[in-house]
Amino acid sequence: MKKYITICFTFFCFFTKAQVITIAPGKIAPDIKLLNIDDKLVSFNDYPSAKGFIVVFTCNTCPYSKAYEQRIIELNNKYAALGFPVIAINPNDPEASPGDNFAKMKQRAKSSKYNFPYLYDKGQAVTTLYGAKNTPHVFIVSKTAQGNIIEYTGAIDNDTPNTNPGKTRYVEEALSALLNNKKPAITVTKAIGCRVSWKKDKQG
Amino acid sequence: MKNYLFIIILFCLPFVVLSQKQAYLITIDELNNRIDKGTDTTYIINFWATWCAPCIKELSHFEKLGQQLKTEKLKVLLISVDFKSQLVSSVIPFIKRKKLKSEVFLLDEENQQEFIERIDTSWSGSIPATLFVKNNRRKFIEKDLTYDELAEEYKSFN
Repeated sequence: MKKYITICFTFFCFFTKAQVITIAPGKIAPDIKLLNIDDKLVSFNDYPSAKGFIVVFTCNTCPYSKAYEQRIIELNNKYAALGFPVIAINPNDPEASPGDNFAKMKQRAKSSKYNFPYLYDKGQAVTTLYGAKNTPHVFIVSKTAQGNIIEYTGAIDNDTPNTNPGKTRYVEEALSALLNNKKPAITVTKAIGCRVSWKKDKQG
Repeated sequence: MKNYLFIIILFCLPFVVLSQKQAYLITIDELNNRIDKGTDTTYIINFWATWCAPCIKELSHFEKLGQQLKTEKLKVLLISVDFKSQLVSSVIPFIKRKKLKSEVFLLDEENQQEFIERIDTSWSGSIPATLFVKNNRRKFIEKDLTYDELAEEYKSFN
């Protein structure tokens, strides 16, 4: 009997570890309480006047994250004042991706002049709860009477190299709808980018 | 006589240059056309990029499989998803440095959301990712493969 339980448990572990499922729009956004690059903890509750958040899983090393870095800064410049500040989270395990360790995060935030928190998801629990798959992966969260709700998950736009002026700006379109008390027309896109570097015993 | 030789060399030069290892742009339509033409061929299409460490590690497995199974109706296509601006500065030098023997392309598509859907609806958009195609059969795998895993996948797909 014990053997069966062990087998079942092993299978269950394998199964859960092999599949990270991205949280769906409409679901409650899991709380975060993570260490920022200024060594202070940050959570949603630190923003009593915010209408919501642009949560971005991103990192130092991924070329897609680098390509989007300036656009993430601009999103915060534009939308923090309108009630939707950016909260960036580095999902990568520092052993699997040494360029994304906490010291390097501090350096990156400083040299690129981040105007938003850049949090370290030690143990990757938040990354798992949100089901962030690739970097950058955006989750737009709005504060409602029912709690913090996921409104959009996916890419910032459909043009990583930033060469197409006619690109579709998914995050901006979703925020513009939310700021007009409407639901976004597009709620899910694919977060094209670098696969999250999971801790060794875990695969995304 | 000297003049003729010079003209012949001049004439041949572009062919010599062109025959060197290159990477060409390819759209999804062009890729699909290519696959449709080779009905009795198994295509292994690997999506990679010069900046992607697990992809680079994996490329040698695709090269090895392509070389070892030369007699079989197998075609390995390596499609880079590097940005188009990187073709000359990164992708072509990389092919030369690694002496890649498989055919190498750079994906020529602007709308990322659209092209990943067209390759496979299950693709989350990360690399490495590999597509096996034969006639109308397709199998898509979004993970790193060891050589043994790749050979096994090919065997079971074929």
